[in-house]
Amino acid sequence: MKYISNTPPEQKKMLQEIGVEEISDLFQAIPENIRFDRPFDIPEALSELELMELVQEKAAKNLDLSKFDSYLGAGSYVHYIPSIIDHLILRSEFYTAYTPYQAELSQGTLQAMYEYQSMICELTGMGISNASLLDGASALGEAVIMARRHTRNSRVILPKTVHPAYRNVARTYGEPHGVEFLNVPLQGSQLNLDSLAEELDDDTAALVVQYPNFYGSLEEMEKIAELLENLKKTLLIVVANPIALGLLNPPGEFGADIVVGEGQPLGNGVNYGGPNLGYMAIKDDRRMLRQLPGRLVGKTEDVEGETGYVMTMQTREQHIRREKATSNICTNQALNALMAAIYLATMGKKGIQEVANQCYQKTRYLRARLAEIEGVEVVNQDNHFNEFWLKIDRPETSLEEVEQKMCEKDILPGVNLAEMTDQKGLLVCVTEKKTRQDLDNYVRSLEVVLND
Amino acid sequence: MTEPLIKEYGSPGRKGYSLPELDVPEENPGERLPAGTVRKEAAELPEVSEVDAVRHFTSLSNMNYGVDSGIYPLGSCTMKYNPKINEDVARIPNLANIHPHQKEKYVQGSLEILYKLKQYLAEISGMDEVSLQPASGAHGEYVGLMIIRKYFEKRGEERTKVIVPDSAHGTNPASGTMAGFDVVEIESNERGMVDLDSLREAVDDDVAALMLTNPNTLGIFEKDICEIQQMIHEAGGLLYYDGANMNAVLGYARPGDMEFDVIHYNLHKTFSTPHGGGGPGSGPVAVKERLAPYLPVPVLKKNGSEYYWDYDRPDTMGKVHAFHGNYGVMLRAYAYIRTAGGEGLKEITENAVLNANYMKHKLKDTYELPFASDSLHEFVLSGSRQKKDGITTVNIAKRLLDYEQYAPTIYFPLIVKEAMMVEPTETENLRSLDRFIETMKIISREIEEEPELVENAPHNTVVRRLDEAKAARNPDLRW
Repeated sequence: MKYISNTPPEQKKMLQEIGVEEISDLFQAIPENIRFDRPFDIPEALSELELMELVQEKAAKNLDLSKFDSYLGAGSYVHYIPSIIDHLILRSEFYTAYTPYQAELSQGTLQAMYEYQSMICELTGMGISNASLLDGASALGEAVIMARRHTRNSRVILPKTVHPAYRNVARTYGEPHGVEFLNVPLQGSQLNLDSLAEELDDDTAALVVQYPNFYGSLEEMEKIAELLENLKKTLLIVVANPIALGLLNPPGEFGADIVVGEGQPLGNGVNYGGPNLGYMAIKDDRRMLRQLPGRLVGKTEDVEGETGYVMTMQTREQHIRREKATSNICTNQALNALMAAIYLATMGKKGIQEVANQCYQKTRYLRARLAEIEGVEVVNQDNHFNEFWLKIDRPETSLEEVEQKMCEKDILPGVNLAEMTDQKGLLVCVTEKKTRQDLDNYVRSLEVVLND
Repeated sequence: MTEPLIKEYGSPGRKGYSLPELDVPEENPGERLPAGTVRKEAAELPEVSEVDAVRHFTSLSNMNYGVDSGIYPLGSCTMKYNPKINEDVARIPNLANIHPHQKEKYVQGSLEILYKLKQYLAEISGMDEVSLQPASGAHGEYVGLMIIRKYFEKRGEERTKVIVPDSAHGTNPASGTMAGFDVVEIESNERGMVDLDSLREAVDDDVAALMLTNPNTLGIFEKDICEIQQMIHEAGGLLYYDGANMNAVLGYARPGDMEFDVIHYNLHKTFSTPHGGGGPGSGPVAVKERLAPYLPVPVLKKNGSEYYWDYDRPDTMGKVHAFHGNYGVMLRAYAYIRTAGGEGLKEITENAVLNANYMKHKLKDTYELPFASDSLHEFVLSGSRQKKDGITTVNIAKRLLDYEQYAPTIYFPLIVKEAMMVEPTETENLRSLDRFIETMKIISREIEEEPELVENAPHNTVVRRLDEAKAARNPDLRW
C-alpha cells in the first residue's frame, strides 16, 4: 500500500490544470545524465497481512525479555510502565503533530512540555529544564560544550566511573571545540577523590559526576561539593538516574550547575535502546539560560489575557541564530518527554518514592544474599542504588561460562563489564519489578552454576 | 477554554498507580548510604488519580492538531500520513521488548530488519555504507560533518570551511559549527539556485565540504549539480547531501549518482514515521566506500547468516548515542518501505510533486511566487503583496488556523520576504488540496475586504494570539 489517495483520473485532471501531459514532465529540472533509470532493487509492495506475517517471522528470531528473568541495566532500565501511557500517547493529535510552530493549534503539546519541564525541575532540584534532548549520552555531550562556552575554559574532568558510552559520546562532542578530557581512576567502585583533587584547578571548565555512577555506586557527593567550593568558575555536571531521585538527594542540593541524564526509566520502554529521552536541567541563572541547548516552553497570555504556552527564548536556536546557535538540535524526543510527563504525573509524589525505595530494597536484598556465596564479591560498599558490581572469583569457571549457564536457566545475570570497560565482573540491575522469588532464584541458580 | 495544570487536579494522598507490596525485608536507607545522600523532602510531583491523569492528557490532546486532524503543509518537514500498521509493527512484543545489552544472538530478528533497512537506504540513495545511529536529521548532519572532519584529519589536510547556500535546510549552519567548522554562506541566484560565481569565489583549499539540500528549500532542483560537484571535488572538498527533501526525488535521482559523498536521511519525513509533536525522529547517515571507516561505532555487519555489531573501527568519528539510535523509528520506516515496495516509492515522489505543483499553479496568481523555476515537492510563496495592505505572513498563517488547517512553514527560507513554504505531501487528496487552496484565496479576499479579521487572527482556536514577546522577556518555564 502506498497511502496515495488520488486516482488516475484525478491525477489526470490535476495535470491538465497545471498544463502538462504526464507526471514525468514535472521532473524536467533533473538533468538527464544523473537520472536514475532503473527500478529500485527493493521487493515489491506488501499488503498489511503480508507485512505482518513477514515481520512476525523475523520477530520470532528474537528472544525478548519476556523469555528471561533479566538483570540488565547499564543505561537502559526495565521499570513498571502504567498502562495509561501507551493509551494516551496513541491519541493521534499528539503523535502525528510536529514541533509546535503554530502555538495556538498546539496547546496540548506545549502545555504537556511545560508540565514536563516543571516536573523535571522538581525531581532534580534545579531551576530550569529544557523540553528534551536526543538521549542521555548526547545530553552529556551538549552539557560539556555548553560548559566550554560558558566558562571559556577547555579542561573537562570525565572520571572513569561515568558510563563508557557516555564518555565516548562526550569526547566526540567535545573534540571539535578543543575540549581536553581528563580521567579520574576508580577507587573500588567510586571515583578516586585524591586523584580528582589533583586534577581540579581554576581552569577546569567542568567536572562530570554520574549519580549513581556506572558501577552502581553513589559518589561522595558532599566531599566533591567541598572540593569545588573554591573553584567559582568550574561547573558541576551531574548525570543522574531520574528514578533514583525518588530516594536520593537531588543534585540541586549539592550544587550541581547542569543535570543531564537518560529519561527512559520514566515510563518509556527499553526498545533496544531507542527512542530514549535526554533530559537537561540547569540552575536558575539567566546567563546560563542563554547558553542552554534545545527547545524551551514558556507560559504566557493571549490577547484576551487567557493563559497559553509558546516555544520561547528561540534566539538561542539554530533556525534563528544559525551558525551561532547554542546547538544544532531541532527535532528532539517530544513524545518520549510526554511519556515521562504522564509517568511522573501518574506515579506522583508517593509513587516515585515507592518505586525508588523498592528498587533500593530489592537490590540490597540480592546484593546481601549474593555476597554470602563463596568466591563471590560485591565491589560496592554500602553505597549502591539499583545496580551493583559482582565479581566472581572461581578459577575453574570463567565469567562467560557463568553467563552462559545462567542464560540456560533463563536468567540474564547482568552486563559483562569486559564488553564495555577494562574491568571484570557483572553489573547487576534490580528494579521494583523483581519479586523475592525471582531474587532467591537468581541466588540459587548462581550457587548451582558455580558448584556444577 | 484552558485546561488546568496537572498538579491542580491533585489532592494530598490521592494515588494513580498501584505496585505490589514490598516482599523483601525493608531497611532504612539512611543507615547505610553515604551521609547526605537520602532525599529529605519529597519531590513535589502531582498527587492525582488515574482518571484525573487520563482526562487531563485527553483534554490536552484535544487542544492539539496532527496529520490525522487534517492537512499539515509545513515545508521541508514532510508531514505525510503515518500508517497505523507501522505503529502495530513497532509494538510487536518480541521486537519492542529487547534490551540494548542483550547479546546479538538473542536479537537476530531485529538485527536482520535493521540490516535490510540499511540496504534499502543504500539503494535508494546510491551510497555504500550506512549508520542508523543518529537520532534526528540535525544529529545526522553532525555525524556526516564529523566523518568529513575525520577523513581530512586522517589525510593530514587542515580544512576549516563548510559552505552552506542560503537556500539550505535550516539546521545546516549550526551543525557546521557543532562539528568545529567555519560556516560560509553563499547566495542564491535569481533562479533560486546556487550562484556558481559566488560558489567559485568561496571555494578554495580550505573547503572541507559543501552542504547542499537538493531540491533546496524553495523546492527547486539544483540543475547545475554536475558543475557544482566538479568544482567542489576539484578543490579537494567533499559534497554533503541534506536529505530533508528526499521525498522529491525517490526513484528519479540518487545523491550517490550526483557524486555526493555523504548524505543523511530523515526517516520521520521521507519514510513516514510519526513526528511525535517534535520527535523522536531518526537521521541515518549513508556514505561512499572511502568514508566508511569513519562512521560512528558500532556498524551493523553480517557474517554468513549472522548479524553483529562491529566495534573494531580504529578510524571512527566516535559515537553520538548511548546505544544504536532510535530503533523504534527504524522499525516503522522498514515497514513503510516494505508496504510501498520499490516501485511504490517512485509513485510516492510523483504524487508529492504533482500535489505541490497543482497547489502552486492554483495559488500563484493570488500570492506572489518569487521564483518561477520548476519546483518539485514544495514551493515558496511570498506574502509581500498582502503586506502592502498591512497584513503580514504570520497573520495569514494564524488565519489558516481559524479554518482548522495547519499553516505552512513561515519566514523560511530567509531569502524570500514574508515566505510561506508549502509542502502538501502525496497523502493529501484532491479535496483536501482544493480546500487549502480555497481557504488561501478566501484569506486573500478577507485581507482586501476585512483586514482586521486576518490581522487579529486566530479567533476560533482554544487560545487566541499568544504574546511571544512577553514569554521571552519574563521567562516562566515551570510551575
